[in-house]
Formats: sequence, structure tokens, C-alpha cells
Amino acid sequence: MDYGLDKKSNTLKTFNTIFIISWLLVACFPFIWTFWGSFKVRADFFSRSDWWYAISAFNTLIETGEKFTTNAYNEAWFEGEFWKASKNTIIVTVFVVSISLFLGTLGAYALSRSTEKYAFWILMAALIFRAMPHITLVSGYLFPFFELQIWGILPTTIVVLVAINQPFTLWLLYSFFKTIPKELDESALIDGCSYFQAFRHIIMPVMWPGVITAGLFSLMLAYNDFTVTALLLNQENHTMVPKIQSYLGTNQHEGNLMWAVSAVVSATAPLFMLVMFFQRQVISGLTTGAVKG
Amino acid sequence: MPNKTFFWFFLPTGLAMILFIGLPIISTGIQSFYAQHDQVVKEVKKCDPFGCTVSIVVDNEATTKIREAKPLGKFNGFGTYIDRNHLATEEIKKFWNETETFGEFVDQVTNLPFYKALIFTLTYCIFVTPNVLLLGFIIALSLNAISRKIRGPLIFGTILPMIVTPLVGSLVLFWMIDSQGIIGANIQNLMDDPYLSLKSSKTLTWITIIIYGIWHHSPFAFVVFYAALQTVPQEPIEAAIIDGASRFQRIKHIVLPHIYPVVTFVALISLMDNFRVFEPIIGFSAEGSAQSLSWLIYDNLVNEEVILFGSAAATSMMTIIGIAILLAPVLVRTWKEFKTAR
Repeated sequence: MDYGLDKKSNTLKTFNTIFIISWLLVACFPFIWTFWGSFKVRADFFSRSDWWYAISAFNTLIETGEKFTTNAYNEAWFEGEFWKASKNTIIVTVFVVSISLFLGTLGAYALSRSTEKYAFWILMAALIFRAMPHITLVSGYLFPFFELQIWGILPTTIVVLVAINQPFTLWLLYSFFKTIPKELDESALIDGCSYFQAFRHIIMPVMWPGVITAGLFSLMLAYNDFTVTALLLNQENHTMVPKIQSYLGTNQHEGNLMWAVSAVVSATAPLFMLVMFFQRQVISGLTTGAVKG
Repeated sequence: MPNKTFFWFFLPTGLAMILFIGLPIISTGIQSFYAQHDQVVKEVKKCDPFGCTVSIVVDNEATTKIREAKPLGKFNGFGTYIDRNHLATEEIKKFWNETETFGEFVDQVTNLPFYKALIFTLTYCIFVTPNVLLLGFIIALSLNAISRKIRGPLIFGTILPMIVTPLVGSLVLFWMIDSQGIIGANIQNLMDDPYLSLKSSKTLTWITIIIYGIWHHSPFAFVVFYAALQTVPQEPIEAAIIDGASRFQRIKHIVLPHIYPVVTFVALISLMDNFRVFEPIIGFSAEGSAQSLSWLIYDNLVNEEVILFGSAAATSMMTIIGIAILLAPVLVRTWKEFKTAR
């Protein structure tokens, strides 16, 4: 809002700048601090005697001879088998994103081109499904999955995450497909294409901006999920987030808390990079539902 | 689009949602009417020269057998719903009769697990949601007044708390405010109280989790408000400036009415998300003093001995009812709009 008429006083400008800087500090400092601390030993980052040790690296110097150490990373990734957890996360994320985009684009396209009443009710049902706390769904899954003996394995979790993700994907892609003019595919239908051919040749080439946004959100859901992965996967198949929690549970081991710290940094870094590259898509995705109505 | 084509397009996603969202809700509903089997006990007669004693021991073999034969447990009707760990009707009646003052009665009731969790969940919602809206709006206004050139990185910094998973977000904060972390240690020094720590006080724990909630959710409100602010028309604002309206008046009478629909949207989403608060409790290891409804379900499901399916399911059903109550006004409004649109 840069109004020619709107003259901001200097006090207001200063106040505004101070506010933004302090908010950014609140928002970002915890991450910077954790990143910094992950290269220290536990006695420094969680110092009983003096918090300044985390900066001066007093104990890190004594224990390792350097000011920065990657010990926590080495131990967590190999001894703590974090590499396995990240492998599982990659498998889960890749499958969840591709399957939910495949299902979501087809379904949302149909919804956006349907003029029937039931399309509205389906969208409402999706909204209600979106509101369900994941843990209540998990309490519904556990028993049948135990009985069917499909508990603990990655494919089950992937299917569950795809399903949980569908309502949001549908809404997002529905509002996106609404912005693609109907005339585009209608002309193809008149030319004798089937709906599927119209989708394949007319819609698919222009749908990528929307699909990328929806894909990002599926990715964040699958990557960040704790509730489903912690309860539906066995120890061996744990993804990163439940793995981090399992490091917390074993506090007896001196190094384990630092494993959690380094694991948190390792898990967060790729996500931040991704959002940095796709910031525009993330923001457009969050606002589609809201601003357009 | 013809119904048949619609069906084939929608089938995969519809099937996924019915199988893995619709059915589990039904499955939860069924499970909530069952309870795990009691352990089968048998009397063992033990005789020695001084006489016979009868002792009662758990018959492990028979217990396993009955658990395998009927894995769902025994039918319990609404028994689980009204037991001590849920609505606790009996206990409340007892407290009502036994306690003398109303305060004492409330005290007793809020010590029951379900009500304790419900109160925490509601307190969390009540404090987090309005503050999220307010802080998000202020950040959006504030960033909007800053030069367009440097906004990109500032927005990136602002949305960081939102994109990490709640468990990681709460851990990152917890490590700082823990008594051995940078903020916790400094507060101890400042207050000159070496025993001051998060875990020592229930109120402090609740405040911390609520602050975490505001920190985590405000970026979402910010993003939506920021996008809405871009659509505010310029002319009325310019007219207001010429008429001598103050900045505050302009926001109150022009900007807020314009973005009002978005405010309800953000409030709704944020209320829904706050109602399922759960991961921060694990991240802050606050199980001792703060429990939410979702945490109760989780706790039942990770139970060491026997997974308490029935208990978890009953709490789940009541959580779903809670969500339904929250959603009802929106659904009714949408339905009315839909009816008038026809």
C-alpha cells in the first residue's frame, strides 16, 4: 500500500522497523540458535554452569579440540540410524506426493467441471474430513490394521497419508481448475475429444502451476507428519520425525539429546531450502481458499 | 460433465477418502462400544501341612485365549463413555453430593482426566486463536508498509515457524527455555532463583505452550491477511485520507470490513488446528501438567500393556463431536447460502 497521499511519520516508520526486526528475531532466532548449537557438545549447548559456554565452546574445545564438532551428526546418522529414517522419509514423501497428485488432479478436475448438486456436497464432506484430528483417524486404523496384519509397513502409511491429504489437495486443485476457462476444454469436447482426452491434451499442459502448489503441500504433510508415522510404523520403518522423538525418550545416554538436536537440524534444512525456492507457490496455496472465497 | 464420466474421474480419490477417512470414523465408533477383556482369574488352592489357603492368580493362558478369540474386546455399550476416564458421571454425582462449596466441586471435577484435558484444550484454543489473528494482522500491516524490494526475504523469515512440524518447532523452543538453555538459564539468573524451571509450574507450562501456539500459527494468519491486504481498493482509502481519517480509523472502517470474510476463514482453520493440539505437549515434555484430548488418545494408543482401543475410541468420538460443534455454524451458513443460491 504505497499511497501517494499517505505520508508516514518518521516515528511510525521507526516503530514499524523495530517491530518487524523483533518479530523476525522471535521467528528465526530459535532455528539459528539450534543450528549453531548442533555443532557443540552437550555440555555446551545444555550447559548446567554457564549458558555462555554455548558461544565460547568451552567444553567442545576440551572434548574435541576444535570449536565446532560434527560428532552429533556422525553419531545420529550412523549409530542412531538416522540415515535409515531419512531413507524412509524420502520413500514416503515421493510416493505420497505422486499418488495424491494423481488422484487429486482427476478428482478436482471432475469437481470443477460438474454442475451437479452432489459436487457441492462432496466438497463439504471434504471440508469436514479436513477438520478431523489425525489422531482420531489413527485410533480407527490401529485395530483393523493389526487384524489384517498390515501394521508397521511403509505402504500402509503411504496410503493412509494419501487419503488424509486428499481433502486439502481437492480443495486447492478445485479452486485452481476453476480459474482455467471452461471454454478451453469445452471446445475440445466439441471437436470430438472424450473428457479424458480433453484432460490429457488441454488441461494437463496448463495445470502445472496448480499442481506444483498442491504437491508442495502434500510434501510438507508427508514430510512433517508425526501422528500417523509414529503410530502406524514399527521402529524399523520410522521416518524422521518419530525418529527424533525416539531420541528424546532415551535420556540416559549422554549423547542422545545432541542426536535429537542434529537430527532436527538435518530434517529442517531441506524443508527450508524447498520453501525458499518455492515461496511464491506456498503463499499462493495458502491464500487460494481464503481470498477467492 | 455427465454423471458417468464424473464417477470414473472421482472414483480413485473418493475411494481413498471413504476407505481411509470415512471407514475409520465408523471403526472408531464401533470400537468405542467395546472394552478390553479383563484378565481371567482363577482360584488356586495351596495346601501345606498347616492347612489350605486359597489365592487368586491371573490365568495368563485363558486371558490370551479369550483375547485372541475376541480381539475387539467385550461389548461395553456406553460404559466406556461414562467411566472415570471419560465423562465420569458417577464421580461427578458423588462430588456434587460430597463437596460443600461450588469451588471445591469444580476443583474435583477438573481433576478428572477427561475434563482436565478438555479444559486445557479449550484454554489453548481461547488464548491462541484471537492472539494468532491479532499478531498475524499486525505483522501483515507492518510488512505491507515496508519497501517492496526487501519484502521477499522478510516473508521467508516470517513463515519459518509455520513450515516446521509442531514437534520440531516445540523442541527448538524447549531447548532454549529449558533450565539449561539460553533463555531459561538467563531468566534463572535474572530472577535469582536457581530452581525456577518450566516443569516446576503448571501455569508456566501452560503459558509456554500457548506462546508456542501463537508463534507457530501466526505466520499462517499473516500470509492470508497479507494476501488479502493486496486486494484492498485504493480509492476509498485515499478518500478517507483527504477527509482526514486517522490511520487507525482507516484500518477500522475500510481495511477490516474488506478483509472480514478472510478473518472468519483464518479463525475457523486456526480453531480447528488448535483443537487438535498434541505434538507440543510431547515436544515440551509437558505431559505432567498439560494434557489435551488428542494427547489422551495418543496415550491410550501407546499404552505399554494392552492398547486401550475402546478408551481411545471413546475419547476420539467425543473429540469428533467437539469438532462438529465448532464447525456447525460454518456448515449451517454454507447450507443457507447454497439454498438461496438455488
